Amino acid sequence: MTLERRAAMATLLADRGDDLLLVPGLGSTAWDAAAAGDDDRNFYLWGAMGGAAMIGLGLAMAQPNRRVAVITGDGEMLMGLGSLATIATQSPPNLAIIVFDNGVYGETGMQPSHTQAGVDLIGVAGACGIATRLDVRDDNELADLARRLKNLRGTLFARVQIATDEPPRVLPIRDGIALKERFRAAIGVKS
Amino acid sequence: MSAQSGDWPDRLFETLKRGGIQQVAYVPDAGHARLIDRCRADDEIRDVALTTEEEGVALAAGAWLGGDRAALLMQSSGVGNCINMLSLARTCRFPLLMLITMRGEWEEFNPWQVPMGSITDPVLKLCEAEIYRANEPNEVAGIAQCAIQHVFGGERIAAVILSQQLIGKKVWTK
Repeated sequence: MTLERRAAMATLLADRGDDLLLVPGLGSTAWDAAAAGDDDRNFYLWGAMGGAAMIGLGLAMAQPNRRVAVITGDGEMLMGLGSLATIATQSPPNLAIIVFDNGVYGETGMQPSHTQAGVDLIGVAGACGIATRLDVRDDNELADLARRLKNLRGTLFARVQIATDEPPRVLPIRDGIALKERFRAAIGVKS
Repeated sequence: MSAQSGDWPDRLFETLKRGGIQQVAYVPDAGHARLIDRCRADDEIRDVALTTEEEGVALAAGAWLGGDRAALLMQSSGVGNCINMLSLARTCRFPLLMLITMRGEWEEFNPWQVPMGSITDPVLKLCEAEIYRANEPNEVAGIAQCAIQHVFGGERIAAVILSQQLIGKKVWTK
């Protein structure tokens, strides 16, 4: 069984609270986050492939009293696998890395990714030393992830198995400076 | 060399502290060893060892989103690993302070270091980094201070280049 990506994103972000900071990885997960409702505390990536998790780490360490969620795709995560090792060594208690895994590169024509060939992202996260790992395959497991995200205590890694559908694109703003400025203003950060 | 000149990494560390650097990311390099030790020993600095340098470019962006100042330490060979991720700093005008120890430019024993070392400066310039080169021990801290001002004062990219002559050649036989 697989989950529908837009519904999964909406579930994870429902009643998100002021303290949830979101880094959606480039491509479909950015469109999913925009579709769930724009928010100044979303730092959508239109590039920087392989960097989403590390942006989340820097942010989580800078903002220890807020929760940080990186929600990205399997292709984006595969490009930055080393960052899971780096994150495990730091283990910020307020960081969740959530991978929407459909086994394909959706933005480029549905070519198969390594996860379709059997590469196990949960296993990688575990081998790196991330203690809390969730494999999310149905609505009950998604609800459990949403609960844990609301009450985040310890670095969390989750794979959400999603269907390979391609819902219509919902594009967030793409001016990187504007995204940065509004994000910092929303959480009250000064230069 | 003056009696004090060998302590430039300590003065560089103090400059980073005065500059409010809170996160220091690095891929270990012999030329940065003393600075890394100082950062690791400091309770107020989050030291982050990376698997590859481009992770640090993304980390620094996240740090700034959250209000922290970061510095990224690497060897010249690591610059090549950062190229695409530098798009993040350029597109969003994230401040990015890089401290880069040079290989492949002065009495280099290992020819495999030369290709990247020979293009480090031009590649960084193409990526819109301001280059601050230090050749003498006594100029390192002052140059780093200039770079910090450039980076965090105007949300820009800067590379402090620590020349191989400054660091000294690697000893291959012990």
